[in-house]
Amino acid sequence: MTLKSMLMSAVATVALTPMAFADAHEGERGRDGQLNIIYWQAPSTLNPYLSGGTKEVESASLVLESLGRFSDTGELMPWLAADIPTVENGGLAADLTSITWTLKEGVMWSDGTPLTAADAVFTWKYCTDPDGGCAQSSYFDGVENIEALDDLTIKISFNAPKPFPYTALVGSESPILQAAQFADCMGANAPTCTDANFGPIGTGPFVVTEFKANDVIQFAANENFREEGKPAFATVNFKGGGDAASAARSVLETGEYDYAWNLQIDPTVLADMESKGLGTVVTAFGTSVERLHINQSNPDPALGDERATLKHPHPFLTDPEIGKAMSMAIDRALLVEVGYGAGGQVTCNVLPAPAVYASTANDGCKVQDIAGANAVLDAAGYMDTNGDGIREKDGMPLSVTYQTSTNAVRQDTQALVKQWWSEIGIDTELRNIDASVFFGGDPASPDTFQKFFADVEMYTNNFAGVDPEAYMANWRCSEIPSPDTQWQGSNMQRFCDPAYDALVDKLAQTAGIDARAEIVKEMNDMLMASYSIIPLIHRGGVSAHANTLGGVLISDWDSELWNIKDWYSTK
Amino acid sequence: MLTYTIRRLILTVPTLLFISFVIFLIVKLSPSDPTANLPLTIPPEVREKIRESLGVNQPLTVQYLLWLKQFFWLEPRIVLEGWFGWDLGTEGEIRLISYQTRSPVMDLIWQRMPQTLWVVGTAYLVGILIAIPIGIYSAYKQYSVFDQAGTFISMVGFSVPPFFSGVLVIVIFSVLIPTDSFWWLPSIYDTTHEVVDWESFKFQFRQMIMPVMVLALQITAQISRFARASMLDNLNQDYVRTARAKGVRERGVVMKHVLRNSMIPVVTVIALGIPGIFGGAIITEQVFKVNGLGQLLIIAIQGGDVPMVQTLTFIFAILIVLFNLVADVLYGLLDPRIRYD
Repeated sequence: MTLKSMLMSAVATVALTPMAFADAHEGERGRDGQLNIIYWQAPSTLNPYLSGGTKEVESASLVLESLGRFSDTGELMPWLAADIPTVENGGLAADLTSITWTLKEGVMWSDGTPLTAADAVFTWKYCTDPDGGCAQSSYFDGVENIEALDDLTIKISFNAPKPFPYTALVGSESPILQAAQFADCMGANAPTCTDANFGPIGTGPFVVTEFKANDVIQFAANENFREEGKPAFATVNFKGGGDAASAARSVLETGEYDYAWNLQIDPTVLADMESKGLGTVVTAFGTSVERLHINQSNPDPALGDERATLKHPHPFLTDPEIGKAMSMAIDRALLVEVGYGAGGQVTCNVLPAPAVYASTANDGCKVQDIAGANAVLDAAGYMDTNGDGIREKDGMPLSVTYQTSTNAVRQDTQALVKQWWSEIGIDTELRNIDASVFFGGDPASPDTFQKFFADVEMYTNNFAGVDPEAYMANWRCSEIPSPDTQWQGSNMQRFCDPAYDALVDKLAQTAGIDARAEIVKEMNDMLMASYSIIPLIHRGGVSAHANTLGGVLISDWDSELWNIKDWYSTK
Repeated sequence: MLTYTIRRLILTVPTLLFISFVIFLIVKLSPSDPTANLPLTIPPEVREKIRESLGVNQPLTVQYLLWLKQFFWLEPRIVLEGWFGWDLGTEGEIRLISYQTRSPVMDLIWQRMPQTLWVVGTAYLVGILIAIPIGIYSAYKQYSVFDQAGTFISMVGFSVPPFFSGVLVIVIFSVLIPTDSFWWLPSIYDTTHEVVDWESFKFQFRQMIMPVMVLALQITAQISRFARASMLDNLNQDYVRTARAKGVRERGVVMKHVLRNSMIPVVTVIALGIPGIFGGAIITEQVFKVNGLGQLLIIAIQGGDVPMVQTLTFIFAILIVLFNLVADVLYGLLDPRIRYD
């Protein structure tokens, strides 16, 4: 450590000390005036069950709450519930088929009526109505019944043992709605309830005073909020629109706003803005991984309807040695530096978090090794026989198409990867497709990520909450998209291994975090060893807040605004 | 003239029906999916359910006829009910619902109208007020320094896109100038602001300066070139020489004889540009977060919100067809040489 950096850290310590005192910031409700938040993608509705988009879920989390929320460390905290039910405290049945939650006493809706277990039961019925098109219905998967044992006790029964039962009514995606307000909005009537969808009554720290769809939301402090002296802010102005760069500018350069969300912009530009000293960039790492999927089936157009199906294995990408060389050739640290900055970390696992599930078996990929990659291909017998710089397998050149969605960072990554692969004798053709088409499920379009009519594709995926069971089940054989399933399915790379499927089944019947972690790590390592997925970057959510805003604990496990009740101004 | 207008108005009906059908097909057949922008954590079965509940999977003819019914029969009745307090039996009918917000499309459009008309309309007015004097003087002093400068500024206005000029003025007036300075201007437009007194009017004025000036630069560029060309055409006419020979003062020649004649085509161009005000200024609205009709349209396109895109573009089509008619009629009224009957 040089003298200069020592001095700097000394200054920083002195500067931070008052902030530590400020954390004990208390006073009467609404003392800090207005909080200005900018989400450059504007919320379209405040009913997360009708949208499912992150912007709607997070804006609604100021108003609607659930039984438990995940903290910035991924820990499940009791929120509307008095405590977290476990097998030890008797809340979770020993056979894992039911869970019993107890609500905190005296929680009021913002209209002054009490929150009861009947509201939770109603929410379940609302979201599982077959005509409603509820976007969060997967949170109620496996739920056989939800009943109110008394006003404060909710019993959720599952149709099979559920080792991780904290999904229904837990987290910002699955909050409790007020039965009285939404009673007439079931099923097909859901869209007729505009007033309710735009102004849900909640138990949270704020109430909606004005909602303009895709534009702006005004909130005011909830006078019936259960915690004394919270929230500190009297009003919230939740503005939407524009783009990520201008949102960052409004917090870091002009100081007009206090909090800006999702700032995926050029890291040098963001660092430049931050250096103005008005605000701070914060990052939260969840489970998002930018990865390459290596197609195990043959996407050759000559195959017609059987293109990209398991009937025709890929001519050379099914060999893990090629995937291994492709992975070794990539300098992940440079990809982070060019495209992600503080918002990215090098990863060698498709499941990098929570920490207990992260494998360390594959860490060799963190360092680029072009010579090693060439040696792997030489040893496997792929040689350049005709001197054009491209290796061949039985006379067939190792030439791949590499597709992703249209996005400046992704196109930079593509160009770098193409360069590195050319150094190991693999020829790459690049394609990019508009995100709404690429991620759209239109079975008529040839360009969707499910159809995967290319050799390599890149995108980011993650899972909500902290339990990876459903996520790891994505790579079962039965999840492979094909014409028989109208190209639905989540096993994009068409990985199929009966041993893996057996582990999926085993995980579904195993309780206890350590035993589950063992299985999950083994599954992750199997996927990595197949080289059908090449993880690149562990991506975090990047946001910025004004230096005068205190209490921000950004979380990627729940809504970023999960603890907004504790935010305060240090002005 | 009246019969001509009526004939034209009747002709607009099949034209608009045809336009609505073409818009519907373009929007519907493009590869867009209202669930495409949802997080990947939402499984495909759930997405299919969402599409089902939105009615995306119904046959195209059913969707089109339903849209026609809602747009031409149900929504106008709701407007009338709102204005006059009548009861036309619309209770319980399913309105035209946007996919993204699950709320009535027309309500959103009414909500967005004020900020678009304020900002884009003011810019149009300011643009015209600046453009016409520039056009007149540039033409009268053709090839003078003023004319050259005017040409240069017009070229800049034409060629610099608002996503550059908008960000440039934000960097100058919101970032470089300190927040407490008199010259500092807000970079984010507050659509909830209401003008009730002098102070709130000042705030409204300040927040409109940047978007209005950026838009007015473009409008000025177009109209001033048009006014200049039209003035030049007339300045060399025989009647101008006659007027001067009769001893009319120079001021009278230019401002009365030449100007009135050259304004005929300019007025039509201005009338044809009015539908553009309602269309909003997609890019400028995004840059300053004015969130008017232009932003509504672009968000709807990105989100695959077919009813919203369809309705908005169709309303623009109606306005364009109507203002074309207005321009034709105005031309006839202003220019005695043109008679349609």
